[in-house]
Amino acid sequence: MTDSPDLVIKGGRLIDPADGFDQVADLLVRAGRVEARGRDIGIPDGALLFDAGGLVVAPGLVDPHCHLRTPGQEHKETLESGARAAAAGGYTTVVAMANTNPVVDHPAVLRDIQERARGACVRIAQLASVSIGLEGKQLSDLGRLAAAGAIGFSDDGIPLASARLMRTAFEYATRFDLPVSNHAEDPTLIAGASMHEGRVSARLGLIGAPHQAEEIMLERDLRLALLTGCRYHALHISSGGSVEILDRARAAGTRLFAEISPHHLTLTDEQIAGGGEHAFDSQAKVNPPLRSRDHVDALRRGLAAGTFDLIGTDHAPHAEHEKLAPFEEAPSGFSGFETALGVMLSVVADGVLGLPDLLAMMTINPARLYGLPGGTLAPGVAADIVAIDTKRAWTVDRWQFRSRGKNSPLHGQTLPGRAVATWVNGEKVFEIESPGEGS
Amino acid sequence: MNGFGHRHLLDLDGYSRPDIEYVLDAAESMSEILDRQVPQVPALRGVKLANMFFESSTRTRISFELAAKALGAEVINFAAGGSSLSKGESMVDTLATVAALGADMFVMRHARAGAPHLAARILDGPVINAGDGCHAHPSQGLLDALTIRRRFGAIDGLRVVIVGDIRHSRVARSNILALGKLGAELVLCGPPQLVPGQLAELPAVSIETDLDRAADGADVLMGLRIQHERMAGPWLASIGEYVSSYSIRRRHLESAGAGAILMHPGPQNTGVEIEPDLADSDRSVISEQVTAGLAVRMAVIYLLARNVLRVES
Repeated sequence: MTDSPDLVIKGGRLIDPADGFDQVADLLVRAGRVEARGRDIGIPDGALLFDAGGLVVAPGLVDPHCHLRTPGQEHKETLESGARAAAAGGYTTVVAMANTNPVVDHPAVLRDIQERARGACVRIAQLASVSIGLEGKQLSDLGRLAAAGAIGFSDDGIPLASARLMRTAFEYATRFDLPVSNHAEDPTLIAGASMHEGRVSARLGLIGAPHQAEEIMLERDLRLALLTGCRYHALHISSGGSVEILDRARAAGTRLFAEISPHHLTLTDEQIAGGGEHAFDSQAKVNPPLRSRDHVDALRRGLAAGTFDLIGTDHAPHAEHEKLAPFEEAPSGFSGFETALGVMLSVVADGVLGLPDLLAMMTINPARLYGLPGGTLAPGVAADIVAIDTKRAWTVDRWQFRSRGKNSPLHGQTLPGRAVATWVNGEKVFEIESPGEGS
Repeated sequence: MNGFGHRHLLDLDGYSRPDIEYVLDAAESMSEILDRQVPQVPALRGVKLANMFFESSTRTRISFELAAKALGAEVINFAAGGSSLSKGESMVDTLATVAALGADMFVMRHARAGAPHLAARILDGPVINAGDGCHAHPSQGLLDALTIRRRFGAIDGLRVVIVGDIRHSRVARSNILALGKLGAELVLCGPPQLVPGQLAELPAVSIETDLDRAADGADVLMGLRIQHERMAGPWLASIGEYVSSYSIRRRHLESAGAGAILMHPGPQNTGVEIEPDLADSDRSVISEQVTAGLAVRMAVIYLLARNVLRVES
């Protein structure tokens, strides 16, 4: 890497949410690190040049929440395919959940993933499970997992039902000062559910998940996090009612990082109502579910008011044949890496929040939560960078995804912009091929 | 020649009032065939209809089979028990196999809501939903509409009370759509935990949890089958508790309108949904529902075959 030529990313609007830097400037990368940034830093002899005129240049995106399916479900995603999808979405670091097969509940599994992740084109940071086998009964060896490099703990995918175990995990995690997260939905209230409980579920005859299931377990977790002093990562908030709960917990002093996913800010359960044979489309099945318009509106108000800290893709790829099942039997989740930024740029375009605020939620905030490299373009840091064209409208074609998971409820939708180039350690890991690609 | 342009019968959601009336009128023509000495016509000779019952059924399967045969179609019967599904084959693969074997159109029942919609997306031929989970049973909605229309002449303004486990009832959902579009006033009656409040947001639908009040002035009292697995547990305390409040009794028929009728999609739990003997009274049209079902299913099969398979009549 030290032999690689210097790189100058020239003339972009350089936004670094970590210190509020926001001006048209050049960025000099040397030996994989940010060397300098400014208006007249010059171009060293032999340096590579990337013309960023008209583009936004930002720290590489950091996803605090994804599922990479490795080990055990490589037919859905491999670390290699997931990393390439992430890079194409502008991500340079992703945090993978522990619900693999086997579960990341033992240092040996963690080390296997770390070994395999070495060849991936973006940084993959791995969470370990809170409980053995995600069964919610026996605490995983959090200390040994932390020593082996787990950056935090989560049973995401399965709600941790026992308040007692949750409290114990919070207490123990404070010893390592690592965050803990939970899929907060009361499991008894969502038993058999496959979508949001509301007008649409009543008409379709599907069991609905009431939004109160999220609010109840979120409230429980936040009270226990406050009690124990644990850093709590609130995953994929989907209920409008959760906004007030999060605000109140933060005001009370809870160490809280609240995450929201692009789909919960833009899509509703009407997508499942479809029309004629297009109803019951499992592409729109996700957990927690797409909710009704009033929830989307309330979440957008919360986003505008600063309730949320993180954008998490909840990238959850599945094989096509698995999604090609009756709605209730189809697995939940969809590919998110390659569409997340585009969807969030549409939220910016709607005037809900400004671009620097969005980028903070997609870079420095998740990096700080999990103590990850990157998230800033301050001189000296690893050169993880994304160039974004906020005005390059493109139409989502799920069959063109780099992810193995070709499933997306956004297929055919037009998004206002996208990442056009991504660098990790100063090396280009993605660049859009031609003006025509993805448009 | 007509405005009936549907390719499938998945749900009555996309069927307009004229569409529904068109099917009902066609069903009356089919009844004339059924009244003949040899109740069969060669209209669909050479057409192969696959009766795909991923969930078991006797009455509906036989009704569709007889309807298809009365039109001269060949019938392939598939039942999930003993099929390759038990060997792990997916629903999609099973349907593709039957299509490759030459099936032209599909009648499908499945325990999962929306399964026929998925079938319609992957198959070329028409798909008729014969019941999908708790979602829809559109031919039942149509046959109930036909039964009521035959009794009252028109459905506009009739007060139809549907009693029982509305939440888990595909029959209720299809009746709400069919009868609602034909101008009925619908009253849903059952224990609150089994009547989703959001259904009252549909036009002409209201909820009344007291059966005595619901039945007052009713023109139609329709009982729904209570599934055994719902009789006790998280949904209902006990069957006795249910019967004490929601069994349709003689007094309910007496407080209903003078010509009020009693309906049930069958099969009944004797003495649960309806007081014993009442089902056999002169107010009951339960056997008329069965007859109407045959005619309605003939009409649906014929109209979709004509639209999609270009069958000449």
